[in-house]
Amino acid sequence: MVTSNKGSALNLVVHATVLFLVIMWTIPTAGLFISSIRDKDQLSVSGWWTALSASEQQKVYRTAGAESEIQENGVYVLRGNLLEGGSGEVTKFGISSLKPEAFAPGQEAKSRRDVRFKVMENGDYEVISEKSFRRGVRIFYTAEIPPRFTLDNYRTVMSSEGLGQSFINSLTVTIPATVIPILIAAFAAYALAWMKFPGRALLIAGVVGLLVVPLQMSLIPLLTVYSKIGAFFGVDAKGYVGIWLAHTGFGLPLAIYLLRNYISGLPGEIIESARVDGASDFVIFRKIILPLSFPALASFAIFQFLWVWNDLLIATVFLGNTEESLVLTGRLRELLGSRGGNWEILTASAFITIIIPLCVFFGLQRYLVRGLLAGSVK
Amino acid sequence: MGQLAIAFVTMTLGVLACAGYFYGSNALLDSIFPSKNRPAEVIARNLRIVNQVRPWLFLGPALLLLVFYLFYPVVQSAILSFYGRTGEEFVGFANYIWLFQSGEFLESFRNNMLWLIVVPTLSTFFGLIIATMTDRIWWGNIAKSLIFMPMAISFIGASIIWKFIYEYRSGGDEQIGLLNALVVFFGGEPQTWIQIPFWNNFFLMIILVWIQTGFAMVILSAALRGIPDETIEAAVLDGASGLQIFFRIMVPQIWGTIAVVWTTITILVLKVFDIVLAMTNGQWGTQVLANQMFSWLFQGGGDYGRSAVIALVIMALVVPIMVWNIKNANAEMEGR
Repeated sequence: MVTSNKGSALNLVVHATVLFLVIMWTIPTAGLFISSIRDKDQLSVSGWWTALSASEQQKVYRTAGAESEIQENGVYVLRGNLLEGGSGEVTKFGISSLKPEAFAPGQEAKSRRDVRFKVMENGDYEVISEKSFRRGVRIFYTAEIPPRFTLDNYRTVMSSEGLGQSFINSLTVTIPATVIPILIAAFAAYALAWMKFPGRALLIAGVVGLLVVPLQMSLIPLLTVYSKIGAFFGVDAKGYVGIWLAHTGFGLPLAIYLLRNYISGLPGEIIESARVDGASDFVIFRKIILPLSFPALASFAIFQFLWVWNDLLIATVFLGNTEESLVLTGRLRELLGSRGGNWEILTASAFITIIIPLCVFFGLQRYLVRGLLAGSVK
Repeated sequence: MGQLAIAFVTMTLGVLACAGYFYGSNALLDSIFPSKNRPAEVIARNLRIVNQVRPWLFLGPALLLLVFYLFYPVVQSAILSFYGRTGEEFVGFANYIWLFQSGEFLESFRNNMLWLIVVPTLSTFFGLIIATMTDRIWWGNIAKSLIFMPMAISFIGASIIWKFIYEYRSGGDEQIGLLNALVVFFGGEPQTWIQIPFWNNFFLMIILVWIQTGFAMVILSAALRGIPDETIEAAVLDGASGLQIFFRIMVPQIWGTIAVVWTTITILVLKVFDIVLAMTNGQWGTQVLANQMFSWLFQGGGDYGRSAVIALVIMALVVPIMVWNIKNANAEMEGR
């Protein structure tokens, strides 16, 4: 609206700048995703931005030994394919580790023991010797491998790295920890918004104050109490009920604050006229308030879902680090330690952990934005 | 699958118990103090009692949870800070003395101050720029959505994403980390970014800026739309330039919102430990308070006293914002 009369040059600058910023903000995630579906050998030798171009790899191949040699015209021959049927193109080969790129495909190489090597571009090789091969020979080669995309990385992490188990754990933690606080907070928010009782203002101030209490403050005392309760009842102190209640407790200030803001903004006439008709507050809440505050409930639900799903601290402290109880974030942290260099595992695992929140995010963005706008303390 | 079934059953039970409490307690209240088919003065008396009791039935569970999970721990942490590693023997100010003499604490405190300056500033700055610009172009909403996206990613996931960007390959190997590849492309020397003293802090901060800019952008964008068109049209008629309008008219009008965004991100910065934990675990001079507290909680069997002291420092840094928030909330209530 401001620049409409300033010509198109400035507009072009705006478009270009925004485009630049969008690229800056999306490239990290794009890199992660592209890497996670690349072949792991290619991933470790070339950047993900080269994913569409062929990559050059240097490898060693050991042929089979005497068991697969064929006798032809008085000489012994070994035949096979260096690329083992995979696609690609051999660009150079060699027969010693000192000169792995000595020969071009199609040329014939001769070793000191009069063994002759022949390698074609498509990877077919032929090794010919006067004497029988006792064991396999080594062929060094450089090949152009075309880009290969695969879901193997995902298959690996879901089965052998325990991501599948953690995925279920995360769901088990997240869903109840999202549903329970909503109900409790909605009642409290209604009481704080529309019921008259002494100490109301103090309670609201208290909720606003608790909004910013760092979680770190709660960990030690709660750990102590949890283990006492666990010992008293003779159960494991680290369990799902404990973590659900913890997430409920920590999520309540924001939930109450958000919902109270929304509910107190509902038209008072409806509530007053219902009261005049003799409806109790409980009936008013159930029949009028709950249906009307659906947007706010949805906003908070998304918040809480993202927060619980992405949480590492509470899960580590209240659920523990054992193999069966790790949630996705905890698993990722563990993989970072044990598989620090295996990017095919890290990228695929990370993408699995972010896929659900991303779906929730893009699907319900409208409610999330609404919640953010209502939730930041004004 | 069995675990999912159990989770589903427990979840249903939990929710039912919760709903059952609200139904049951309210029904009980209504049956003890009926407000129908009684003499008028009884009804009046009962209604008065019911109206006094019911708010506490509504608030009960929330209050219990808030007190147990947030209020009690704050008090208890303060007490624990005077106790030893197991939280049993009284040690007076020993933990505090240890804290202010330990080099690690001074380092994390300095780093935390850096985080507190850099992250809110950059996030708010980028958020404001992007909000202003995307409001003027037709694909602004798509752009916003993409910049907002990192909000949905966990800190630990984001750390992996960025660790991959900072990845370093030694020798003449081809760099697979984007940053080093760019450096090499422009003829520079590849670096192990997260190990460079002092500057590595900034490479970690970028991650949080990347996540939080979307938040700042969304809030500021809504505030910018709230500025009345007439104000800006008047400025245009008076011959103000685009930059003048931005700095003299738009920014002052949304000053309150900028402050809100700033404080929200500030509080978050104090609490975030995941990024440091995943990227360096406090090595190479990158320790921050939240991660230091976390590691004292577990390392060598844990030291509750020292851990509690560090938590108290974080709390102390939050208190001014807390007071400011409560004041604002009260002012708003009175305005109603």
